[in-house]
Amino acid sequence: MIRIPLQSWFSILRLSSEGRIAAAGDVLRRLTHWALLAGVLGILLFGSACRQEISGAASSTKTAEKTIENKGSDTLVNLALAWAEEYMREHPEVRISVTGGGSGTGIASLMNGTADIANASRDMKAEEVREAKANGITPMEFVVARDAIAVVVNPSNPVSRLTMQQISDIYTGKIINWRELGGENRPIVLLSRESNSGTYVYVLENVIRMGDPRSKLLFSPDTLLMPSSEGISTEVRQNPNAIGYDGLGYVTPDQKVLGVARDAGRPYVLPSIATVNDGSYPISRPLYMYTAGEPGGQVKTFLDWLLGPGQKQVSRLGFVPLN
Amino acid sequence: MLARKRAEAAQGDWREFVIEALIRVLGFSTIGFVLLIFLFLLREGIPVFYEVPLSNLFGTRWYPPFDLFGTMPLLLGSALVTVTSILIALPLGVATAVFVREVAPEWAREILKPMIEVLAGIPSVVLGFFGMQVVAPLIRETLGAPTGLTVFTGALILAYMALPTIISVAEDALDAVPKSFRDAGLAMGATQWQTIWRVVVPAARSGITTAVMLGMGRAIGETMAVMMVTGNAARMPLSLDSLLRPARTMTATIAAEMGEVASGSIHYHALFGIGIILFLLTFLINLVAASTIFKKQRRGGLR
Repeated sequence: MIRIPLQSWFSILRLSSEGRIAAAGDVLRRLTHWALLAGVLGILLFGSACRQEISGAASSTKTAEKTIENKGSDTLVNLALAWAEEYMREHPEVRISVTGGGSGTGIASLMNGTADIANASRDMKAEEVREAKANGITPMEFVVARDAIAVVVNPSNPVSRLTMQQISDIYTGKIINWRELGGENRPIVLLSRESNSGTYVYVLENVIRMGDPRSKLLFSPDTLLMPSSEGISTEVRQNPNAIGYDGLGYVTPDQKVLGVARDAGRPYVLPSIATVNDGSYPISRPLYMYTAGEPGGQVKTFLDWLLGPGQKQVSRLGFVPLN
Repeated sequence: MLARKRAEAAQGDWREFVIEALIRVLGFSTIGFVLLIFLFLLREGIPVFYEVPLSNLFGTRWYPPFDLFGTMPLLLGSALVTVTSILIALPLGVATAVFVREVAPEWAREILKPMIEVLAGIPSVVLGFFGMQVVAPLIRETLGAPTGLTVFTGALILAYMALPTIISVAEDALDAVPKSFRDAGLAMGATQWQTIWRVVVPAARSGITTAVMLGMGRAIGETMAVMMVTGNAARMPLSLDSLLRPARTMTATIAAEMGEVASGSIHYHALFGIGIILFLLTFLINLVAASTIFKKQRRGGLR
């Protein structure tokens, strides 16, 4: 196959060296030929070149750190975007790209080197830390803000407050009708995020199992796992039977936020910046950023900035700033 | 002059050779890709069958964060959604094909056929969004389901997606019925209705079976729309009201969980294991569809 194109390549050379003027159509045909072959070759070469370029870019970010890849929790993504925009306005030489996908996704990207900072709405699991260490990475943890998880229902639902025990019983399928909670005679439709969400893990450990590490309670199999926060808010808005949970920053005014009490005897508290800071709202958690090893260069300046002056952005987006 | 002519002839030869070789390589590579994909699927998925005990793997709870990998609710969820969608799409699709091919006047057919093809081009995520915002609340309010994100909602959307396939394949099957059949029916004094339902449609039934099988293959593999409207609750759909309850399909499970899973973990292998099951199911369905086509050919036009 190689021999034939080579021969005709020579024939083209010979024709031109003899100074003979070929018919215009002939030249055109020959040109298209070579263009086609060159195109095929080009595509093949381009493919391999691309791969090299990508790996080259990855190594250059590590050394020069011009682009900061920031990836992970969907809870944190809006806040991270606001930070990135503000920081890039102040430091035009730095580029920060922010992507969501879930806490697990971000941590996985940190381990395989495609992210410089992983956003997480839960702390890293022991096996994730072990896997990172096996890959030669020591993850560094930074608490960047706090978040309250709001329990939401449809605005037409008369129920306005629950205890932690009741929420646990609802999500494990022990309580299946709103009547048992002083509401109308309606079935309860349970909404949750998918299991890759840090919010899901937090709710399971701290609400359903109420922080008891020996507890084996699980979400009821009837729980609808929604692929996004938007899925939860759409269903809560439309369906008077629904109950859902999400980060306070994602609760829209057309959902009704429930007051939550730690125990039956304690007061019912609505989530807000004040109630999270004084510790009276029971379902709040820290939000994290992780770096691979001690951060340096641009990543360090960015993290220092967001832990200092960047905290002004936090309350604007419905999260709770660090004191 | 002579030398130049010979050169041109030689050039024509190698041109033909290159084009032929290119087409041959492309043709065979398609088969190669399918094989490679299947091998990859096997390599990534087979480990789950010895990493997880079979009693767990075919158990009734899918809860990967806590090592419960029961695929039964997912299998039954997929099966229920697919079968329901075909039960909806089959009568509609065949009736539409009969109308377009046998009843509609020429000008109506000219309008209907391209419109049916346009149906096939609607992106599934758009249909999913439509299902979530419009169909789901309707189902909840009119059928009294606790939530509108149910098996039935998914089946409706899937039926809509399978319809173009079913209609066009069934129409081709009707088209292949010789004109003499219709003439004979009418000559025997049968009405047009009787000719269609007792002669033409039975004569085309192998083609219609193919249409249904292809529609089913389309439905079982659909992901995005199903993930958006079926609610994704991994419950066993065994009670009578399961149609109006949420379910979790195999495709939605893979799509929702593959993004975060640590590669090489048991969960990762389990997702590929589901992929193998799905691949075998679609393969089986397509095989049945293909075998009815081959049977038709072997009979050489005699039905």
